[in-house]
Amino acid sequence: MVTSSDFAGRERPTWCTGCGNYGILNSIKMALVEHNIAPHEILIVTGIGCGSKLPHYMRVTGYHTLHGRTLAVATGARLSNHGLRIMTVHGDGDAYNEGLSHFVHAVRRNVRIVDIVQDNRIYGLTKGQYSPTSERGKQTPTSPEGSIDRPVQPLALAITTGATFVARGYPGEIRHLAWLIGEALEHPGYALIDVLQPCVTFNRNYAYDYYRERVYKLEEEPGYAPSDRTAAWEKAFEWGDRIPIGILYRGESIPTYEEQIPALAAGPLVQQPLKTLQSSQVEALRAEIM
Amino acid sequence: MLQNDLTIRIGGEAGMGLESSGAGFAKALTRGGFYVFGLPDYYSRIRGGHNFFSIRIARQPLYSHAEPVHLLLALDLETVRRHIGKIVAGGAVVYDEKEDVPEELRRPGVSMFPLPLTALAEEQGGRAIMRNTLALGVATGLLGFDPAYVGSVIRDNFASKGQKVIDANLQVAEAGVEASRPFQADFPFRAEAVSDAPPRMILNGNEAFALGALAGGCRFVAAYPMTPGSPVLHWFAAHADEYGVVTKHAEDEIAAINMAIGAGYVGARSLVPTSGGGFSLMVEALGLAGITETPVVVYNAQRPGPATGMPTRTEQGDLLFTIHASQGEFPRFVLAPGTHEESFRIGWQAFNLAEGYQTPALILSDHYLAVAYRTVERDALDFDEVQIDRGALLTQKELDELEDPSQAEAAPYRRYRVTESGVSPRAVPGHPNAVWVSTANEHDEYGAVSEEAANRTAQVDKRTRKMEGADWNLESPSWYGPEEAETTFICWGSTYGPLREAVDRLNEERQGKANMLHFSALHPFPLEATQAALEQAGRTVVIEGNSTGQLEILLRARTGRSMDDAIHRYDGRSFTPEYILSRCG
Repeated sequence: MVTSSDFAGRERPTWCTGCGNYGILNSIKMALVEHNIAPHEILIVTGIGCGSKLPHYMRVTGYHTLHGRTLAVATGARLSNHGLRIMTVHGDGDAYNEGLSHFVHAVRRNVRIVDIVQDNRIYGLTKGQYSPTSERGKQTPTSPEGSIDRPVQPLALAITTGATFVARGYPGEIRHLAWLIGEALEHPGYALIDVLQPCVTFNRNYAYDYYRERVYKLEEEPGYAPSDRTAAWEKAFEWGDRIPIGILYRGESIPTYEEQIPALAAGPLVQQPLKTLQSSQVEALRAEIM
Repeated sequence: MLQNDLTIRIGGEAGMGLESSGAGFAKALTRGGFYVFGLPDYYSRIRGGHNFFSIRIARQPLYSHAEPVHLLLALDLETVRRHIGKIVAGGAVVYDEKEDVPEELRRPGVSMFPLPLTALAEEQGGRAIMRNTLALGVATGLLGFDPAYVGSVIRDNFASKGQKVIDANLQVAEAGVEASRPFQADFPFRAEAVSDAPPRMILNGNEAFALGALAGGCRFVAAYPMTPGSPVLHWFAAHADEYGVVTKHAEDEIAAINMAIGAGYVGARSLVPTSGGGFSLMVEALGLAGITETPVVVYNAQRPGPATGMPTRTEQGDLLFTIHASQGEFPRFVLAPGTHEESFRIGWQAFNLAEGYQTPALILSDHYLAVAYRTVERDALDFDEVQIDRGALLTQKELDELEDPSQAEAAPYRRYRVTESGVSPRAVPGHPNAVWVSTANEHDEYGAVSEEAANRTAQVDKRTRKMEGADWNLESPSWYGPEEAETTFICWGSTYGPLREAVDRLNEERQGKANMLHFSALHPFPLEATQAALEQAGRTVVIEGNSTGQLEILLRARTGRSMDDAIHRYDGRSFTPEYILSRCG
């Protein structure tokens, strides 16, 4: 039985007091305990940003990699050992700017990865520049006159690209977020949870008091069916007075990328014995070039 | 002196099937007992332009192509224009009789053989595109080479296309042999099959490397297509299911290298084949592998740069870049095979090096070696020698013996433990006793982010130290030629072949004129071996396919010694023995 003490980290987080990442960290631990996933049974791959330090603050197998490359590293890891659960944890800059291409391709492939994006709509670690999900007009050191690009729409983009599990979470609703992570862990394919992460230092306009009044749970929304892809896509654009959290879209399961690779039919790649070629194989290879 | 040393060259436009038919003919000649060196030459386009395929044959092993041509098969006039000047006295041009070859193009001593290539191809095979097969049939007849070998290759190559296609091609080839009869008396060069020759193999450098990698346990390949490295990706894609290799055409090179590092992190032997431009994109990720001490193998089949450069041509321009690639300092291996056999050997050894020293192994081939077909003995690729050595990878037993973290006072596993050798015992994720986080930040022994001064120095020293005495199991530099010589030529990578033949020819003129030193492993630099070799060297001439003399720069930086002279080539073409000899003085 996995307990929360199994995940107790040795290092204290360097996050600011009130950072949304504390809630995200706790909800991840809660979900892993609830689903009986031990620290060595999951690999958490992160990129670069405040939130990407997350695995250092818990006891877990982790790989804290390069900005934007999180999903690429995670894909290589998952395809090489699909006996290992893979979770990615990274911020909006990592996931939707530097890593935007890898995001789209991860969705297309449907590699089984739980992708948690700590979306604080700003750059924290590099001190306050605007992010791909910042609202147009945001004034920051790299946009002193107000940004002129329109934000990326990650949930709509994921739905359009064919993701079969698209959700939004909020660390102010920690049980709900833990539940979402659990559902994503059970989802047989790529699963996205964009988390509205308050950043109390660099984005005070979008802190807990902003979200508290606006978020509502789709699970409590009468008539909302997460199986309706079109409705989900439209819901992805809802913002302002009402901000939906929960599972926007959960589609019919489709085969994962890894279950379609014949080389993996015999089991995880790294568990297949690594031996030099048999003489019959050598003969066959030689015959090709004779 | 090479016996029956002849070169047949077929030329035409892109889209005329020169590459496939040329490679097929090279195989037929190998089956017929010849040593063959086949070299395609093509522009970066799918249709039009000018492509040609040169097939050199001899009764002794060949290491290079050569410039003189004995038989030119011209599928268009442009081929005549470009190549007739290379034809030796007594040689011939086979061309389509519907082309009008103007007087000013013809050469004294070179016979012109007009044949109804298009008409015959259409009549006998049904399609004008079969002119390539027809022309090679003509060559078969002129050379007196047994057409049965050509037939056997046709049957193998078109097996998947059905009997009708096989028969059409056999018919066309046969028609070519027949059509050659009136000209045979005017063509003095013969290449009769060697009936009792042992079976041999013919392959190009990309195939040799791929075979070595597979033999050495490569089980994850991620790449983005880029000439001339793409065939390695194709080869693995074609063999993926049979040999259990996860092969991924990624969205871009940055994804490819990061996937391969993710794969290596969890314990798969991973490879990324590419060319210079792709390697440039991968540079940041090399540092991730370096600082997290994750094994990965990258294969760069170089081509002329910078940027797009000349996609289908050759150069040795990435040596210093590869040795220094990525910000900061971390160890890596840089290996540059000189031959097909060496491409195979380095193919498997690269993975032992990468895992043994937990760092990237970077392989530098180039277009010339990657695409050149060469006949080798059946056991020239030594599969029996292959060993899979995983270095300090912890076995199941060793992992079980690590402290159980659920026990109080248990010491966590230290992935980056500072050891005397610098190599840390390496776990891969999945065992309850080995739970840790690796990071691209500088880190302490446990993998935690650390900016502390003493720790930084200790980790940098550890990573540096682990390479001391690294043995790459290759002789580099290696000698060829007499022990003492007036001139010692020095080269690296694929220059080996043409230079070896140039050295042979010089020594045929007068024994002791030349020898050569070849570098196949360049980083970590083999200082002692190089210094010892230079003590024995004559007048030193560095030969390399780049304009700035990168090996020369490296030699001076590492040994403090300047070389006496240099021969460069950077026109996108490979060295030939003739090119080297004409510049030797």
